[in-house]
Amino acid sequence: MSEILLQIDGKEVRAKEGMTLLEAARGAGISIPTLCYHEKLEPYGGCRLCMVELESRGSTRLVVSCVYPVEKNLIVRTRSEKVDRIRKMVLQLLLAHAPDAFDLQDLALEYGADKDRFEKEASFCIHCGLCVRYCAEVKKKNAVGFVDRGIRKEISFIPEIASRECWNCKECFPLCPTEALQAAFVLTKALAFSSPSLEPASGE
Amino acid sequence: MSAEQVLGEVKKANLRGRGGGGFPAGSKWEGSRNAPGAIKYVIVNADEGDPGAYMDRSVLEGNPHSVLEGLTIGAYAVGSHEGYIYVRQEYPLAVENVHMAIKKAEEYGFLGKNILGSGFDFMVIVHQGAGAFVCGESTALMTALEGRAGEPRPKYVRSNVVGLWGRPSVLNNVETWANVPLIINKGADWFTQLGTESSKGTKIFSLVGKITNTGLVEVPMGTPLRDIIFKIGGGIPGGKKFKAVQTGGPSGGCIPEELLDLPVGFDELTKAGSMMGSGGMIVMDEDTCMVDVARYFLDFLTDESCGKCVPCREGMRQMLKILTNITRGKGKEGDIELLEELAETAREAALCALGKSSPNPFLSTLKYFRDEYEAHVKEKRCPALSCKELIAFHIDPGKCQACMICLKKCPAEAITGGKNLISIIDQEKCTKCGTCFEVCPPRFRAVTKISGEPVPPPIPEEARTIVRESKQK
Repeated sequence: MSEILLQIDGKEVRAKEGMTLLEAARGAGISIPTLCYHEKLEPYGGCRLCMVELESRGSTRLVVSCVYPVEKNLIVRTRSEKVDRIRKMVLQLLLAHAPDAFDLQDLALEYGADKDRFEKEASFCIHCGLCVRYCAEVKKKNAVGFVDRGIRKEISFIPEIASRECWNCKECFPLCPTEALQAAFVLTKALAFSSPSLEPASGE
Repeated sequence: MSAEQVLGEVKKANLRGRGGGGFPAGSKWEGSRNAPGAIKYVIVNADEGDPGAYMDRSVLEGNPHSVLEGLTIGAYAVGSHEGYIYVRQEYPLAVENVHMAIKKAEEYGFLGKNILGSGFDFMVIVHQGAGAFVCGESTALMTALEGRAGEPRPKYVRSNVVGLWGRPSVLNNVETWANVPLIINKGADWFTQLGTESSKGTKIFSLVGKITNTGLVEVPMGTPLRDIIFKIGGGIPGGKKFKAVQTGGPSGGCIPEELLDLPVGFDELTKAGSMMGSGGMIVMDEDTCMVDVARYFLDFLTDESCGKCVPCREGMRQMLKILTNITRGKGKEGDIELLEELAETAREAALCALGKSSPNPFLSTLKYFRDEYEAHVKEKRCPALSCKELIAFHIDPGKCQACMICLKKCPAEAITGGKNLISIIDQEKCTKCGTCFEVCPPRFRAVTKISGEPVPPPIPEEARTIVRESKQK
């Protein structure tokens, strides 16, 4: 693996080929906010908070750092007027769902996001997909998934799998930036686990 | 011809993708050809989902062999032995005809092992899409082909290098593939005779909406929009005035009358704030509210968003809410600016082309019809007299001849009247369906639409009776 030299926020950063900008930045102690990123999971590129500004061949553009691979001589700015403006808007959009999520509140403070910019939405879920992807990629159980698409998309536990697997795992709970996941699980449990045939065997 | 020669000819013809992006097909092919790996794929994008567009459907239904031939030529140039046709299952006849064409081509030895003794093998598999608009986006289409939920990938690697199952994959639209045999048979020089500097050949457009002759038209690139709409399309029916033409499908934009002399081409339309897209052309007349048009397309796109990234899923959710409010007379000061902010977020930060282009219907209508937005927000007035919540129907007492047609046809029983009694609409009961407006005989034209001003009070009972001159005598 050859070493790649690039510049992030004016700092010379050494990275290995195949790394993403986010990994390179964090490795150098430069912080970039993320919500859907997890080092054990494939980059998802869903929350778009980790957008950074790239300067290459004389022009600037925005890319998501959790996916963009490091390149030689790249000039990266993790903050700019535009980047901050977009992060602020993304946060405001998400705060309509989860106004009380601590992660979002901290970021809102930093970027001046107003949690009341948009009317509150019924669902708490911000669709970061951490639970869905963790269950699929790390646990390989697929007990929780997305249903439907677009603005109707929601997370949902699959009762047949959840009743078998989730009881002793629940590793996805702490990953959730909001309260949605636990609530969805409780609901599934109430609806599906009560049936005696699906009750987990004692001592399991 | 060698594979290099085929590639050279297509590059020389400057064939650009007919599906929307306008990316040069030759460069795309070359990228795949040069990409490492022995397994490569060629794919036909027949996931035509734009409302009012059916160019690809007609090609696939009418001449599927042109697509198969183009695909085979492309496969030969790229070095692929397996091709896919991703076609909407909502196109049953296209699906059937493509299957039939493949079978026939196999029988004649145009597909399969050792095609026509050339030593080149190529097979084609048909995949039916399950009805998601976003699957027309290249990475979403490939994800769907792999058997997963059709969501775009967040990769910064071109799919002609890392595509379907991680292999180099050339994806072109139906129409693009169908152009290839012509280029190879007649040569790039023949193909480039037609068109503009940067857009060569011809393009099929689906001409629909408020236009006399609807249907598919194939014109040389560079034909002015005015010619397409007025010379070929026969203009606007009913003596109405042209207002705008929406090109490029839901994520395209509206082009106003002052730009009608624009020659159609990829770069020309993009410069005007719209796009070529796959070739949908929806003509709108003076009765069309441009704010409502933006709302309609945003509604479509919100429904079709995959929901993966925040700027698209959440941004459009909010944009649609605001636009809906504006068309309902609930627009607030600052709404237009907020829409602009949301549009920037989507354009800059959304994951795929659907999300990035989703604000276009709003941005282009705002650019050319800002006054309509302002009238809705500030005056609660719909200048096109189309937004139901902002208009009222009124019967002009001076014109009504008490023919009672409107009264009889009104489904809400909101009109009172009688023999020799001027009809009056009860505004409380009126559902604004517009039936009275349509049935009022043209020689009276007594029913009018009002917006932004109060409805005149009903005529007093004593003045309501029409005294007929003939009966007086």
